[in-house]
Amino acid sequence: MQPFKYSAASFFKYLSLVLGALAALIPIIVVFFASLKTNAEYASTGPLTMPENWLNFSNYTKAFVDGKMLLGFMNTIIIVLISIAGATLTGSMMAYILARFKFRGSKLLMGAFLLATLIPGVTTQVATFQIINSLDLFNTRWAPILMYLGTDIIAVYIFMQFLDSISESLDESAMLDGASYWTIYWRIILPLLSPAIVTVIIVKGVNIYNDFYTPFLYMPKSSLQVVSTALFKFKGPYGSQWEVICAAIMIAIIPTLVAFVSLQKYIYNGFAQGSVK
Amino acid sequence: MERLSNLSYKNQRLLIILLFSLVPVALLLTFSYLPVFKMFQYSFTSWDGFSKKMEYVGFDNYKTIFTRPEYFTVFKVSLYYFFATFVQMGLALYFATILSFNVRLKNWFKGILFFPTLLNGVAIGFIFLFFFKPEGTLNTLLDLVGLGAWQQKWLLNPHLINISLAFASVWRYMGMNFIIFLGAISSIGSDIYEASEIDGANRWHQFRHIIIPSIKRILQLNLILAVSGAIGVFEIPYVMTGGSNGSGTFVIQTVDVAFKYSKLGLASAMAVVLLGIVILVTILQRVLIKEEK
Repeated sequence: MQPFKYSAASFFKYLSLVLGALAALIPIIVVFFASLKTNAEYASTGPLTMPENWLNFSNYTKAFVDGKMLLGFMNTIIIVLISIAGATLTGSMMAYILARFKFRGSKLLMGAFLLATLIPGVTTQVATFQIINSLDLFNTRWAPILMYLGTDIIAVYIFMQFLDSISESLDESAMLDGASYWTIYWRIILPLLSPAIVTVIIVKGVNIYNDFYTPFLYMPKSSLQVVSTALFKFKGPYGSQWEVICAAIMIAIIPTLVAFVSLQKYIYNGFAQGSVK
Repeated sequence: MERLSNLSYKNQRLLIILLFSLVPVALLLTFSYLPVFKMFQYSFTSWDGFSKKMEYVGFDNYKTIFTRPEYFTVFKVSLYYFFATFVQMGLALYFATILSFNVRLKNWFKGILFFPTLLNGVAIGFIFLFFFKPEGTLNTLLDLVGLGAWQQKWLLNPHLINISLAFASVWRYMGMNFIIFLGAISSIGSDIYEASEIDGANRWHQFRHIIIPSIKRILQLNLILAVSGAIGVFEIPYVMTGGSNGSGTFVIQTVDVAFKYSKLGLASAMAVVLLGIVILVTILQRVLIKEEK
């Protein structure tokens, strides 16, 4: 009985894994199929039917041009780059002074950041909108950039956690050589933090690339569309041309897929560190 | 930076603390604390967001939320997402457990199960619109496996719409729970498993008596985050149905009330209620986890 029981358990294990993998992949694969079909082919075949011509990229061209996806990618890249650079700097600076100096108010400061994490961004959106408006930032790229910078507290945590593992004797020996605190931060701490920086870049990068809410509310101007909002615009006018919408979905997914395959190892670490608060 | 190093370390220290905290604190105050303060203020007014004058109406907005059924029924929608979280965490825990042990193609399965979590929310909304269409993927699949009789209009049937949307949400977030559980399980030392195997424990015993107790805190944290998550649902129903056909969530309603109907005061009161629930849940979580220690 023993071997049979063992192989039955093993069979069930692999069956469930295959089913899980299929459940994760099928919804994406059918969209990929549809994106390569012609309009007539799409109308006459089921979603599980493979496309006749695997190299029919006309839907992609149409989605890319009509949806002004290039503009979306440009805006997304600008916002991601500035936000990430800023968040890395401000986050690591904040973490540096909080981890290395015990000063009056440091506990208060830490508490203030902690408390802020408890306030979910969606709840205060209505009031934040008024603030962005009164700063004259509505419909500018600075609105999401400032918000991605301002709400980033997880980065501070990741940096602080990592700073604990960097020995303080390193700082002290630099001070014996007459280095200023700025030099210590810039020349010693920041380079040593690079694994944590990669983590922050990945977690923040994924969040910003995928965010829909913020650009949708704060940058409705069409010249400022990002990937998410560009994709959302397909909803109305292309209701009957699903093959074009599917191509647009794939255009938005491909960068994520490429990043995932090339950064897999870092991404797993990044999420494990970034999400356990 | 020569000038800086001429200062004494005591003065440098002060300067660097001030300089380094200036921008983060300014951002924190402007985008975290000021909005909360303003939100409370607006919630007692009938402000439309444009006019110069704000009229204070006391607790009227709150009364509206708690007495008018159309504002309160959205919480029922949250229940679907709340229950879906249990399914999501159960699946995540199951896959994380079996993928912590020897499995062929382990990294492939890990990657495939995790990948959906990285996708763009709007793309996921569209993918599932396509999935649930009357001639879409799900109905075709059902037909293929001989369950053609189960075909449904998944997003048009008011009894099924929220279940369908919650399913999309499970698909989206399962990978996130999965990777967190996987990380937590991998921190358990292999010697514990070995010792238990010598004592004759099978996989189920190991799961029940080693894995579950070791990741209990993360499980609890996730369970309680599920409540605020269920109330904060926005993207999937907004992209897929726009909140129609009884699928509107609290956040969709808040955004509509504020930006479509220009009732900023009322929307702020709704946000205060939402914030209140989240804070309550957080306190509960702290209390529960402290008791555990």
